[in-house]
Amino acid sequence: MSGFEARSRAALADPRKRANVPRFAEKAALNRVRGFEGVDLEALRAAGEAARARAIADLPRLLDALQAKLEAAGAVVHRAATGADAARYVTDVVLRHGRMVVKSKSMASEEIGLNDHLEAAGVEVVETDLGEFIVQTAGEAPEHIIIPAIHKTTGQVRDLFEPLAGRPIGDDPAELTRFARAHLRKRFLEAPVGITGVNFAVAETGTIVLVTNEGNGRMCSSLPKVHVAIMGMERVVADLADLAVLLPLLTRSGTGQKITSYVTMLNGPRRREEGDGPEEMHVVILDNGRARVRETPYRSVLHCIRCGACQNVCPVYRQVGGTAYGWVYGGPIGAVLTPLLHGDQELGHASSLCAACDDVCPVRIPLHELLLGLRRDRAADSAGALERLAFRLWSLAWSRPWLYRLTVRMAGTARGPLPLLRRWTRTRDLEVHR
Amino acid sequence: MVALFPTCLGEALNRAAVRDTSRLLAAAGVAAEQPSGATCCGQPAWNSGFVRDARRVARRTLRALADAEAVVVPGGSCAAMMRLHWRELFRGERDEELAEAVAARTFELSQYLVDERGWVPPEPARKAEVSYHDSCHMLRELRLHDQPRALLAAVCDVRELPRADRCCGFGGTFSVRYPDVSTAMADDKLASAATIAAATVASADPGCVMQIEGRASRTGAGVRVAHLATIVAEAL
Repeated sequence: MSGFEARSRAALADPRKRANVPRFAEKAALNRVRGFEGVDLEALRAAGEAARARAIADLPRLLDALQAKLEAAGAVVHRAATGADAARYVTDVVLRHGRMVVKSKSMASEEIGLNDHLEAAGVEVVETDLGEFIVQTAGEAPEHIIIPAIHKTTGQVRDLFEPLAGRPIGDDPAELTRFARAHLRKRFLEAPVGITGVNFAVAETGTIVLVTNEGNGRMCSSLPKVHVAIMGMERVVADLADLAVLLPLLTRSGTGQKITSYVTMLNGPRRREEGDGPEEMHVVILDNGRARVRETPYRSVLHCIRCGACQNVCPVYRQVGGTAYGWVYGGPIGAVLTPLLHGDQELGHASSLCAACDDVCPVRIPLHELLLGLRRDRAADSAGALERLAFRLWSLAWSRPWLYRLTVRMAGTARGPLPLLRRWTRTRDLEVHR
Repeated sequence: MVALFPTCLGEALNRAAVRDTSRLLAAAGVAAEQPSGATCCGQPAWNSGFVRDARRVARRTLRALADAEAVVVPGGSCAAMMRLHWRELFRGERDEELAEAVAARTFELSQYLVDERGWVPPEPARKAEVSYHDSCHMLRELRLHDQPRALLAAVCDVRELPRADRCCGFGGTFSVRYPDVSTAMADDKLASAATIAAATVASADPGCVMQIEGRASRTGAGVRVAHLATIVAEAL
């Protein structure tokens, strides 16, 4: 059994995941629809696509400009070619200042396995996004790009939090959140280093933009003495005008909000005349395969702004959640990104090619065309000899009308232990209408 | 000559729907023929990434349809393959111009009847109830939403299926590559039919019919699943 098939079967066997993922994904999908009411969505998507295409086309120059602006403002910029390089750099920075970090949501940090790396070096890592905190407490990985604990019930969250609290909390989400807030507040004040992701980085002004609803991103980037921001190199946008297009596209596509509760814009560490903010700021710009992808026909996948809208509408994601895709990113974007950045060409097949993702992508990435491209790559390199042979024999037979007719007639009466047929008939009847 | 391209799934599993398609075309005043040299549109290999194998099969069908003034296809995803993807499949290859020409003359059944012929069936004395499931490629590639509903609404009371646009889980080879996920998706489709107590679900794609009907039959879901051509032809 293939990797995705085994993982998806395990996910399907988890009744709470099966109940929660589609429920919350549907809610997010409906919020998105409401979020765009009264807006010329197609015009906005076209503008979003153009802004992202501009950024990726001009990526090397924009990254240089971003770096120059950030350095002029006193930040330290590190270009990391690989995940291991990035994790090592961040760990070194942290160890210079202490043994504890507070972290806000960052898929790039998930991608490089940063928490494991820090913990192996003896650093305590505290996730401060509520969803990430739940997932971390459970010892799991995020199931969704922006809703990490999409698969958890409040009852499960209670069972995770009560041992931490050492007292009963109950099922009330407000109470559970109040506990997390109090629990995390102490950590914010203690931690010498805060780590955040980056939603956008504006080259023109050297601005790091964080989009959150809980304020934890702002706490992580302002309370500790040191702030480390980790960004995939494709997070860059040219200027504030492009940011103005993309920011509401992100929030409306992700949660249906016109704008999130907190939008934090950072231009370097604390200045001499300022009363607060970190003394040191590091920005890690992560390649990890992206520059290579930029030179392939899959370049447009770098346009992604990580809103999660494709996950919410994906009928496959809704059945199996995100971790079934085997790496950090789930759903259609994961099925495209994972083979390109991490390997596992099979994931191109983890889709029914229904194209629902294409219709919601705020920057119009042709996800299902990219999936088809991955299938072509796989057919050319890693597909099994048996599959190749099967398609060859099929095409030789079905390019001959008499053989075609013979086989379709047989198909209507096919019974018995044909392996492929069994994969159909195990769960479904084969109805024939003569 | 107007060609009826029956599709491989139609010929293998749903010849009734192919016959019903002929009846609808006849009722609309179109005498359609099934060209004997046509086989399959090549979609199974195309969607699996085996482009040369797809082209080998599609070329046979393409040439068999060369003389047709119009090609009518009772299958949304096959129609999408022929109208949209044949152009890519034959780009820079032999038969490129032929592929362009045939693609432009190929129509999904409801698209042909409603848009090209301006035909909807006469209203029957009594209308049964039906719900319509959108096939993915027909809806999101060919953008055919109203046409199948117009045919059905002429002869039935159409009750919208909640989330009619959501994939039923067939996906061609996807259905046997990941049968458990595919089946769970079919279950969601049947669950949404159950929320409106749908008696009949119609689809314009033999693949969706195969999937939803096969699962309904296995689980005893008590809903009839049929090709759109069959539902409409019954009311003629």
